[in-house]
Amino acid sequence: MKRREFLQGVAAAAIAGLPVDAPLAADSADGAHFYDALKPFGNVGLLHITDCHAQLLPIRFREPNVNLGAGASRGRPPHLVGEAMLRHFGIAPGTRDAHAFTYLDFEHASRAYGAMGGFAHLSTLVKRLRADRPGALLLDGGDTWQGSATSLWTRGQDMVDAAKLLGVDVMTGHWEFTYGTARVKEVIAKDFAGHVDFVAQNVRTSDFDDPVFAPYVIKQVNGIPVAIIGQAFPYTPIAHPRYLVADLSFGIHDERMQKVVDELRSKGAQAVVLLSHNGMDVDLKLATRVSGIDVILGGHTHDGVPQPTSVANRGGKTLVTNAGSNGKFLGVLDLDVRGGKVADVRYRLVPVFANLLAPDKDMAALIERLRKPYAAKLDETLAVTEDLLYRRGNFNGSYDQLILDALMAEKNAQIAFSPGFRWGTTLLPGDPIRYERLLDQTAITYPYVTVTKMTGETIKTILEDVADNLFNPDPYYQQGGDMVRVGGMRYAIDPTALIGKRITRMELDGKPIDAKKQYTVAGWAPVSEAARDAGLEPIWDVAARWLRSQKTVRARQVNMPKIEGIASDPGMA
Amino acid sequence: MNADRRQVLKTGGGATLLALLAAAGWIPSAWADAPGWSKADFDAHTMDDALKALGAGKPAASGDIAFFSTPDIAENGGVVPIGVNSKLPNTESIAILVDKNPFTLAALFDFPAGTEPTISTRIKMRETSNVHALVKAGGKYFVTSKEIKVTLGGCGG
Repeated sequence: MKRREFLQGVAAAAIAGLPVDAPLAADSADGAHFYDALKPFGNVGLLHITDCHAQLLPIRFREPNVNLGAGASRGRPPHLVGEAMLRHFGIAPGTRDAHAFTYLDFEHASRAYGAMGGFAHLSTLVKRLRADRPGALLLDGGDTWQGSATSLWTRGQDMVDAAKLLGVDVMTGHWEFTYGTARVKEVIAKDFAGHVDFVAQNVRTSDFDDPVFAPYVIKQVNGIPVAIIGQAFPYTPIAHPRYLVADLSFGIHDERMQKVVDELRSKGAQAVVLLSHNGMDVDLKLATRVSGIDVILGGHTHDGVPQPTSVANRGGKTLVTNAGSNGKFLGVLDLDVRGGKVADVRYRLVPVFANLLAPDKDMAALIERLRKPYAAKLDETLAVTEDLLYRRGNFNGSYDQLILDALMAEKNAQIAFSPGFRWGTTLLPGDPIRYERLLDQTAITYPYVTVTKMTGETIKTILEDVADNLFNPDPYYQQGGDMVRVGGMRYAIDPTALIGKRITRMELDGKPIDAKKQYTVAGWAPVSEAARDAGLEPIWDVAARWLRSQKTVRARQVNMPKIEGIASDPGMA
Repeated sequence: MNADRRQVLKTGGGATLLALLAAAGWIPSAWADAPGWSKADFDAHTMDDALKALGAGKPAASGDIAFFSTPDIAENGGVVPIGVNSKLPNTESIAILVDKNPFTLAALFDFPAGTEPTISTRIKMRETSNVHALVKAGGKYFVTSKEIKVTLGGCGG
């Protein structure tokens, strides 16, 4: 039903059905009317952005070709890639949608359809949708203040200003906290007061378990009381340095979530929506355990999922969505609220094609003003890439390989580790690697490069630990990042095995890794306080030095582990 | 209010606070003589030894014991919050056991008749382990278990 409507919604695109090798025109037939199908429905409109990672201007972002589901999640959304994704959601190959939602034919399609996202283009789309949805709210799922050079240099202020101009009404967070608790509180007090409600039911003080933020907000939309509950990333203090949020405790807390939902229903909320930074697998499990939530508008795992998953629970059902990343998509949720409850729903995850949306003048002017002081630094060309550079994927990406190669070369290390972040923009062959595009991959508040002597046993422990954060069959034990990227050392991984048994065949230069022997390992993004205070080089300095010395970056040999225990999987292509 | 609570703890000092609590009748004056303390129980290094020392034999799994406010992944292995509630009639005690801790028995709570069998505490964990809530009720032992991970940290989304 929903899928059919989605198809109708993008009928023009589907009809186009261009073969993969067709010369896609920059503004081919499907382009002109791409956004015409977004007719309003019902009486409550909610717009959702998430995980834009501070990309103010249009960018390219290649979706993964490996996104495996653990345990019962195997082969279910969001764990579908490429053609399996197209088939499941009935998206015709060779279309704008196929390009937006999959990695297929990426270079060719990206050149044809152009860059995606950008706040000025997004703003035009938001305004257009708001015009025929009275009182519609714009919800921001977080990871908004981090991921670019200017967001790092302004401690998120550029994004705070842009989000306010875009008209964000409610927000929750994750990477926002990596500027420290005080910075988040400062923005809420100084910038958000009277404009944006920052909500997070799962953040408490670690000493007395006192609430820190409003758990939810009730907004009147078109005269209907709609509750928005916030859920910040549950594993913020574990995935990032503890010192950044020293006094805060996070976690999932689904018992408390149930109490909040019950309280909201008793207060007369006619629709209850969870603005979540749990990640889609955690949201899917939470939806089975907590009842009374109509829709979970999810983020964190960067899954661009065209249609929601419906989850049955005691109270009926909950729809679970995930709205992708890097500003590529706008989630459009239309609710028909009747007789005090949600009677019907329409949802579309709408790709934001920059060349189909005229930039909003005010937003474009703001972005220009925000970037101006940094223009010279942002625009420095460090090198030119001969190959496609991307990051996203469970195990490795060509951009990560570039960082690993730079680390090993500059730090004279046998092995390198790079974190499995899911943000980071994509560059096409022939593109300059400008300083800004390097910071897209590295702009964090704990960028220190470490060089450590590690035994083979320690290396194995680290790989097993990270693999379990990704492939534990219980979603509540997953943290939502990808596998640590490994340079130099080869290994095999069986994602279906249990912790301690997944990583095998570790080899360096054709010889098995010795558990007792020490190896020189370079890495970055350490979580310890000692690393912060050691006066270490930031990753962007190390990588920039290497890039300048290369001038032209040849195609990288991407070090992929041998994947075992999985013959074929809709989450791997 | 919250700031006040923190202030009392900071400036009041442990001894003063305990004296106040005792004076208010919130803690028993004969605390040191509380029943149930057994050095042998807390000295056990393995699950089997701890069960033996407690006289628990082979406890039956029970759905009437529930963990609450207990993390799946610990934010800090040094202070892991644990909450346990027992719905078993005549609950006499709740014990917390951690498989992989050097000392298996982390806590033991006795419940006089008429007391709500709910506990909330914080324990230390060195590494990822199964954690067991062992309940003695009507003279018999029952158990519920869950895994709590203690990870190296980093590498998140």
